[in-house]
Amino acid sequence: MPKFNMNPLKNPMPSQAPDVRNGNFKEVALGYTAEMAIDEAKRCLGCKNRPCVAGCPVNIAIPEFIAKVAEGDFEGAYQIIAMSSSLPAVCGRVCPQETQCEGKCTRGIKAGCEAVGIGRLERFVADYHNANAKEKATPVPSNGHKVAVIGSGPSGLTCAGDLAKMGYEVTIYEALHVAGGVLVYGIPEFRLPKAIVQKEVDNLKDLGVKIETNMVIGRVISVEELMGEYGYEAVFIGSGAGLPRFMNIPGENLKGVYSANEFLTRSNLMKAYKADSSTPIQHGKTVAVVGGGNVAMDAARTAKRLGAEVHVIYRRGEEELPARREEVEHAKEEGIIFDLLTNPTRILATDTDNPRDPAYGWVKGIECIRMELGEPDASGRRSPKEIPGSEFVIDVDCVIMSLGTSPNPLLKATTPGLETLRRGEIAVDENGKTSIEGVYCGGDAATGAATVIKAMGAGKVAAKSIDEYIKSKNN
Amino acid sequence: MYRIIEKKALNPTVTQMVIDAPFVAKKALPGQFIILRVDEEGERIPLTIADYDREKGTVTIIFQIVGATTEKLNHKEAGDTIPDFVGPLGRPTETEGLKKVCVIGGGVGCAIALPVAKELAAQGCDVTSIIGFRSKDLVILEDEFKAASKKFYMMTDDGSYGRQGNVCVPLNEMLAAGETFDEVITIGPLIMMKFVCAATKPYNIKTIASMNPIMIDGTGMCGGCRLTVGGKMKFACVDGPDFDGHEIDFDEAMSRARMYADFEAKEREETCNLFRKEVK
Repeated sequence: MPKFNMNPLKNPMPSQAPDVRNGNFKEVALGYTAEMAIDEAKRCLGCKNRPCVAGCPVNIAIPEFIAKVAEGDFEGAYQIIAMSSSLPAVCGRVCPQETQCEGKCTRGIKAGCEAVGIGRLERFVADYHNANAKEKATPVPSNGHKVAVIGSGPSGLTCAGDLAKMGYEVTIYEALHVAGGVLVYGIPEFRLPKAIVQKEVDNLKDLGVKIETNMVIGRVISVEELMGEYGYEAVFIGSGAGLPRFMNIPGENLKGVYSANEFLTRSNLMKAYKADSSTPIQHGKTVAVVGGGNVAMDAARTAKRLGAEVHVIYRRGEEELPARREEVEHAKEEGIIFDLLTNPTRILATDTDNPRDPAYGWVKGIECIRMELGEPDASGRRSPKEIPGSEFVIDVDCVIMSLGTSPNPLLKATTPGLETLRRGEIAVDENGKTSIEGVYCGGDAATGAATVIKAMGAGKVAAKSIDEYIKSKNN
Repeated sequence: MYRIIEKKALNPTVTQMVIDAPFVAKKALPGQFIILRVDEEGERIPLTIADYDREKGTVTIIFQIVGATTEKLNHKEAGDTIPDFVGPLGRPTETEGLKKVCVIGGGVGCAIALPVAKELAAQGCDVTSIIGFRSKDLVILEDEFKAASKKFYMMTDDGSYGRQGNVCVPLNEMLAAGETFDEVITIGPLIMMKFVCAATKPYNIKTIASMNPIMIDGTGMCGGCRLTVGGKMKFACVDGPDFDGHEIDFDEAMSRARMYADFEAKEREETCNLFRKEVK
């Protein structure tokens, strides 16, 4: 058997066929078999300078875990990943590996060659562990220090996991009824099955992390009270960026207009896509999704699965779409229509003026204008300009606004002394320290909407700072 | 899990429940609300906090049986639990510094108006209350309102109890007679609040309406509860639920409230059938 697999291309990912998967909510990518994983692992050269590790925001020992996979020691591989990552089954699925670990892989440098499928291997290893591990993780003996974590999204879960591994008594406070943040309310089941998120959360509970749901910090307990009467020595804020933006164009409050957050929360968190759900969701006939990011792709693909013809309306061109390439490709394969260089100007209502008419106040179309790209501005981005007189109408009965989100304002409003930046981001230094002693922050709450893995990286940095802070205070 | 401590029918379609929820009870203030789920598959529904007992750690909710979820909730008994009960949410009603206020409640909205009236009375404010119902058998909280009010008006649409007519009748009479208030606070059906606001507008009396749009998370992350107030988009769950009634686009709010009317009617039908089968 040759030591290396010199195939220039990755082992392809087995997936549901596009015209099948766009009619169900089951996971699109089916994952490697053990044989495929071993074969793929053998493509790793085990380079000495390990560029892939530097590309990973949580610095997983990638060549080391892949070497274990190549030997067929999948549990050994898991243990190596677990030293750096608390959510490998999630990251293997949702990280933009092409700009991170795989973007740096030596195998991918030459034209016509592809990087090692690091994300696919991480996913395989985590799924193998979750399906086969017999022993649960056990809590590290307590060091007697308590830390509170606000928010159970990727940054909070990571920060909590790292602190628990160091012996801290960690309690996570979550506002919703389920832990996971964007992993449960935002990213759809067909990209990230909720059972997998639950499994990762359960792994953290096995480590001794307590999770209190239905706790809106700022309303039910203040940050000040957590640090005072509740006896936490430090607090990590991982409250995310959940506040949706709208365009402020006429017609945005018509029935049938959603923020992507609302549409996805109904579908993912409340399971409104199921026929027997007690939470309603509109099954539009023709849906316009406004925006071009990953959330727009998720909303578009969800609407498609609910039976709609779906248009993605984006003011720049294909090159400028902020969504991952792979997500755009998946969306296209599934039959999503892209209306590029197009921007909405207003949303049109049904013709009736009679409020008692059931048709009153519903969306019937979206008026758009064609755009062209101007010269690159100071930041190098070509800004879109309207082409006068090019307005046209797309007949739709549902519009989903996916224009990005801002940090949740509640903690800023209820925590005196907590400094924030221009768009409401909580101000932090490079160690995740806020303007209040003992209070740390990371993830979207500090950066504005970014990626799952960046939030995890920030949770990791904050856990280290919190450990140093509590140790120095108690010496 | 949150235990139901007490359950009492206030009238054939309105039920009062006392829930064991110490964290909510500790911080709750008049005008704030909770969101609950009735079972593990349940939707999230908002209900206003009708009362609270900080020492016992309990919160009182009063709800009208209008659809599937409230029907299911009404089938729970004292001793049963519900999985989720989160709050307090929203901003409390601002009562500080008010000397003379007219509190106007309609239907089950009276359950929300009462804690506001009580809080005002406790602050030494001169409270006039007008409460309205469709008919006599739907009347709730009459004695409690009387206890909190200097002047009290009971109205029924059909005249079966108190005076015949809607809540605007005595309001208009008072205003026409030169009566004035620091503020009017109104809580009830959207159409009632719209007319109360229209009545006070010519007299330039500040009027606060407690809005009740469709909500999901109740924490400001989806905008499902958005309203137009003074031409600007507001989220009722975090910016409200109280707003300046003269600035609210009530027609839009009424339209948005009916977004899921078809779905809700079907769900209610199915739930009723389900309970009917269980009874047999």
